Amino acid sequence: MSSFSSLRIGPSSGRGRSTAGLRAAVGSRVRRVAEAAVTPLELDDVLDVFSPLRAGGPLRGRIVAVHPETRDAATIEIKPGADWAGHVPGQYVRIGIDVDGVRHWRAYSLTHGPRADGHVSITVKAVPDGHVSSHLVHGARPGTLVHLEQAAGEFVLPPESRKLLFVTAGSGITPVIGMLRNLFPSTDEGVLLPSRGADRDIVVVHVAPSQPDSIFHDDLVALDAAGAIRLVTRYDDEHGVLDVGSIGDLVPDLAERRTFACGPSGLLDALDAHHEEHGLELFVEQFRTSRVEPGEGGTVTFSTSATDVEIDGATPILDAAEAAGLLMPSGCRMGICMGCVLPMREGSVRDLRNGAITTAVPGETDPRGVLVQTCVNAPAGACSIDH
Amino acid sequence: MTVMTKKPENPTAHLTEADVEQIGVELDAIRQSIIDDRGAADAAYIRRMVDVQRKLELGSRAVLLASAFPPAWVAGTIGLSIAKILENMEIGHNVMHGQWDWMRDPKIHSSTWEWDNASTAEGWKHSHNEVHHTYTNIVGKDNDLGYGIMRVDEDQRWIPMYLAQPLWNAINACFFEYGIAAYDLELGKNLSIPKEKRSDEFKRRARNTITKIRKQATKDYVVNPALALPFGGFLPALAANFTANVVRNVWSHSVIMCGHFPEGVETFERKAIPENETRGQWYVRQMLGSANISGSKAMHLMTGNLSHQIEHHLFPDLPSNRYAEIAPQVKALFDKYELRYHEAPLPQQVGSAWHKVVRLSLPNGFMTTTTPKNLPSQMKLLYGMATGGPKVRRAAQARLEQQARRIKAAKAA
Repeated sequence: MSSFSSLRIGPSSGRGRSTAGLRAAVGSRVRRVAEAAVTPLELDDVLDVFSPLRAGGPLRGRIVAVHPETRDAATIEIKPGADWAGHVPGQYVRIGIDVDGVRHWRAYSLTHGPRADGHVSITVKAVPDGHVSSHLVHGARPGTLVHLEQAAGEFVLPPESRKLLFVTAGSGITPVIGMLRNLFPSTDEGVLLPSRGADRDIVVVHVAPSQPDSIFHDDLVALDAAGAIRLVTRYDDEHGVLDVGSIGDLVPDLAERRTFACGPSGLLDALDAHHEEHGLELFVEQFRTSRVEPGEGGTVTFSTSATDVEIDGATPILDAAEAAGLLMPSGCRMGICMGCVLPMREGSVRDLRNGAITTAVPGETDPRGVLVQTCVNAPAGACSIDH
Repeated sequence: MTVMTKKPENPTAHLTEADVEQIGVELDAIRQSIIDDRGAADAAYIRRMVDVQRKLELGSRAVLLASAFPPAWVAGTIGLSIAKILENMEIGHNVMHGQWDWMRDPKIHSSTWEWDNASTAEGWKHSHNEVHHTYTNIVGKDNDLGYGIMRVDEDQRWIPMYLAQPLWNAINACFFEYGIAAYDLELGKNLSIPKEKRSDEFKRRARNTITKIRKQATKDYVVNPALALPFGGFLPALAANFTANVVRNVWSHSVIMCGHFPEGVETFERKAIPENETRGQWYVRQMLGSANISGSKAMHLMTGNLSHQIEHHLFPDLPSNRYAEIAPQVKALFDKYELRYHEAPLPQQVGSAWHKVVRLSLPNGFMTTTTPKNLPSQMKLLYGMATGGPKVRRAAQARLEQQARRIKAAKAA
């Protein structure tokens, strides 16, 4: 990623730099005039109307295609904005998408290596009650604008490791398929084995409830047939639920391999215990944090003022915080003026007017927090508020 | 009009306490039905509105580059006026109410929106969302009708200064955005305090407002005209911006007058509001203190759906595009509880509001007692009241009221 940006700046000679400096100076002056011409909008707001994917704007992408993978999974191909800095296979991207008009943020693995057309792809499996995943699989339409953050994540191939084991379960295959596709490009002539992949020795143990539900099944089989990987599949309906203790039987040379695992927490915990016991290294990737069911009342942590306030389920956060001596923004105190809203980073609150629950989950809701009206909301379990 | 509690017939006298609370329950149910249903189509509506508004404004400003050419001036000025009205009414006012906060889009959110108006979003949210919407039509508490400078109720003692209030009101309409900015700052109250004793909070907000006004003026009266300069259009472009601002000001002033000022809309006495007003009681106050404008879809849009003022005051945080849909349900509720749903076409409501401005600029009973025949003697009386001392005024006032009562009694008989 950093090499991209340094390449762009790198070749400027002394003369080039002075014209670039002049251009920057003129550019900033033009920008100032343009800002003065459109205030109170920011220039970005105006440019967004015409070119939402331009350089210099907030990072966004446009869905260009939706490819069904299984009956409940699909690959979403996205053209990212000009400022997309690239990614390393195995990394994930946080994506903000509007579902039923409400902005949600989720993290998904990038399932291709860097592509020639500059597009990126994520592969999403619709999970039960998964509001966002169901929308992406069944409701996403080409042309839709999505919001992005730069790729992130440490779950990437170490350049030096030759012998690898991937243990993936369900949609846990997604970061791994990104790595494998990058090592072994699939073309019309079949899977290629370029030198960057050929000297690796890779075993993939893939677990899924059944074969038809298994994303990338065909890709894995093709990679196996071409000799790029050795594939071991374990389908619950065919082989029974995988006993992690027996993984040594599936992969006899387990001890010589570095293990990368991605899947639900149950599998990862079991694998962690197993590897710990055998003194083996394990790299894991997990997206969904376990969530707490909303309760009645709870401790509200005001992060900036480092104060915890215990509040029952019937008292507005505003009243309780003021009673505890905090200086709170407030207005009408009846839920109409929005003078009291504060960002909630984590936890749930209940609207005392209609019982509606609002939940903030780090990594899933807006990174700046979900704004809640403290005058009409009571905590529904522990929550953390920026104030 | 006089505050509701001093009237011989209280329009809520027939409601029991249980009725009032039931009204609250039924209105809450209407609100909830929209909250349960709002979604992608509503989000698409506001995004399209923002998109259309921005393109219209930029397009109009582009046309105004050629404003030295009269047809371009006319087209650009009309477009810019409409764009400014849409930005203030259907978008800015409603976004700042938090009507679209549920989308969790930081670009269309009450905490981030700044509008094309002299007053700052912060000042507006305080004086409008907080004060006006909470204390709607409570005399002495709700400044929305310009209580500071205007006589808006019979119970306010008449003094000669009020004779000029139709003129004030007309001037305020033309420069309404500055009037709002001044009233957000409670300028009258704060300027009467010695300079060194003014609060830091007032000074900070005053600085922000001055910055905002400077930026707005620079945009409309310097930068955009300067862009037209190469095409010989500096002055025409400046005039176009000025005209668009005045059009927007007069329009929004008219719409706001229609919302709470037409004859027959109730005002309330501060001491008659219970200490712990229930949700039902608050709802009833909103129901009686607001008036709707009937008309076409385009008219509703241009008023920012404040033509559904009653629905807006009941549910200030519901998306404006839904007011039309719930209006029949709200109206049915008014009928059920035998309350007056105040609704009339725009010219009628504007006329009614202006009638009240003029009527209250004169002493109580003056209009009732004046006929073409006694006009000269009435004018003489008014002159006496305007130039005489308080004693003269009190005596004349008592006579006027007595005559007015007689006329009313004669009419009734």
